[in-house]
Amino acid sequence: MSVKVQGLSKQFGAQWAVNDVSFEAKSGQVLGFLGPNGAGKTTTMKMITCYIPPTQGQVSVCGFDTIESPLLVNEKIGYLPEHNPLYKDMYVREYLWFVGGIHKISNTKKRIDELIEMTGLELEQHKLIGALSKGYRQRVGLAQAMIHDPEVLILDEPTSGLDPNQLVDIRNLIKQLGKEKTVIFSTHIMQEVQAVCDRVLIINQGEIVADDPIDVLRQKAVGNNIITVEFKQKADKKKLAGIKGVQEVSQKDKEWQLIAAKGTDVREEVFAFAVANNLTILEMRRELSSVEDVFHQLTKS
Amino acid sequence: MLSIFKKEINSFFSSLIGYIVVGVFLLFMGAFMWIFPDYSILNYGFATLHQLFDFAPWIFCFLIPAITMRTFAEETQSGTIELLATRPITDFQIIMGKFFANWLLVIIALIPTLLYYYTVHQLGAPVGNIDAGEVAGSYIGLILLAGAFVAIGLFSSSLTNNQIVAFVVGIFLCFFFYMAFDFLSTLSSNDHLIELFGINYHYNLLSRGALDSRDVIYFVTFIFGFLFFTKTALERRNW
Repeated sequence: MSVKVQGLSKQFGAQWAVNDVSFEAKSGQVLGFLGPNGAGKTTTMKMITCYIPPTQGQVSVCGFDTIESPLLVNEKIGYLPEHNPLYKDMYVREYLWFVGGIHKISNTKKRIDELIEMTGLELEQHKLIGALSKGYRQRVGLAQAMIHDPEVLILDEPTSGLDPNQLVDIRNLIKQLGKEKTVIFSTHIMQEVQAVCDRVLIINQGEIVADDPIDVLRQKAVGNNIITVEFKQKADKKKLAGIKGVQEVSQKDKEWQLIAAKGTDVREEVFAFAVANNLTILEMRRELSSVEDVFHQLTKS
Repeated sequence: MLSIFKKEINSFFSSLIGYIVVGVFLLFMGAFMWIFPDYSILNYGFATLHQLFDFAPWIFCFLIPAITMRTFAEETQSGTIELLATRPITDFQIIMGKFFANWLLVIIALIPTLLYYYTVHQLGAPVGNIDAGEVAGSYIGLILLAGAFVAIGLFSSSLTNNQIVAFVVGIFLCFFFYMAFDFLSTLSSNDHLIELFGINYHYNLLSRGALDSRDVIYFVTFIFGFLFFTKTALERRNW
């Protein structure tokens, strides 16, 4: 188990920013850390990287405890903090040399070349970090986190503020990294979780409200099965409610919304109903719930 | 520690900071020693470097906090301290790296003043009529004093994320530890005991050319004391 978090809590003043959080992350897995702003994602990450100590609980990274042996933990972790802090007056390569020096990696030049290629920084490698656009700075941030080839990567909102193309690039990179390493990354963008993560951890007000593989989470969302249908002719509400499996009927302009029981598909019955009543169906669609819905359900206060 | 040290030195000399510090220091020293007639070596009539060693601490009181104000304040402000703190190095290694880099910059600023020594050496009648032991002791004292000021500067920078606050607090603490104990001692009958705490007392003793281990120990203790305070201040995130 690469990262093991047990009963982790952090108190700031009277507020519990993180409250009794436990989870595990395996290697070869991308763990998405999802939650509204101020849910405790960043605080949890800071405790895993030994930047701040927990009030209660334990974190172990590759078998090392964060309190007892922080230096060993830091050797195993690559960390990209929130807002991606960088020295703006340093050159890209100079900065990577500096970081490589701290980690005492061997053959720094080769490693830097590799990383520059991996993160797509070839054209920008001789520039000042301060002169780079946000997307490229984010890449520098990723490169510095990976320089010592860590087993665990902790990325705090690595994709914030990127344009759509850069977003795709960085996501692919994270996905690729996740094949060999343990990646924990936080975000509040739902699509990203669906695109990148193998497992999702939803955290709200300092507590874990869901910890599931992504497909399990999607099934969880199947609460209400909503079918929206539009007929050319006028339809009768009572008759519609009589369709087998339909529990509730409501009308929105010309569209009818039929709510069916969990896990049932009533589209066939609706079609049969239309044929029997000489109605022409102009449109019919089933609303699939996404992780987004689960997120809303779980974090609604 | 070496990486931090190199990075700091690089940032001094790849930006203007390093050159300005050395330039301003030499400009002040040059003006006092060669231009202003009240202090000028040429008018003074004695083959000594007293002016240099009397004025340098005052200039350091301003200059050193100006160099050190960014060390931790900037890192805290930009968040890069988080990246440093989550590397496999201890806080004390970070502090030591920064301390030696800043100290070295001040020592580099002092090196060209050796030319003044050479000049006075040549101007003496007969040539070489200058107390070399006194000058050596004074340089050692000045370098140790600079180290003490750098330690104070690092500490004040670690207190805040605002560089101006760090600068002002740094100047205050430098003046306080340099001179305040001398002034305070005049208020009390235990004047000698109070003087002992001040930097000036030990600096003056070293300046006489008598390299007493007690004075050196005073400076080393002083420096490590402030580096330890700096460490404590950085660790306040753990509270």
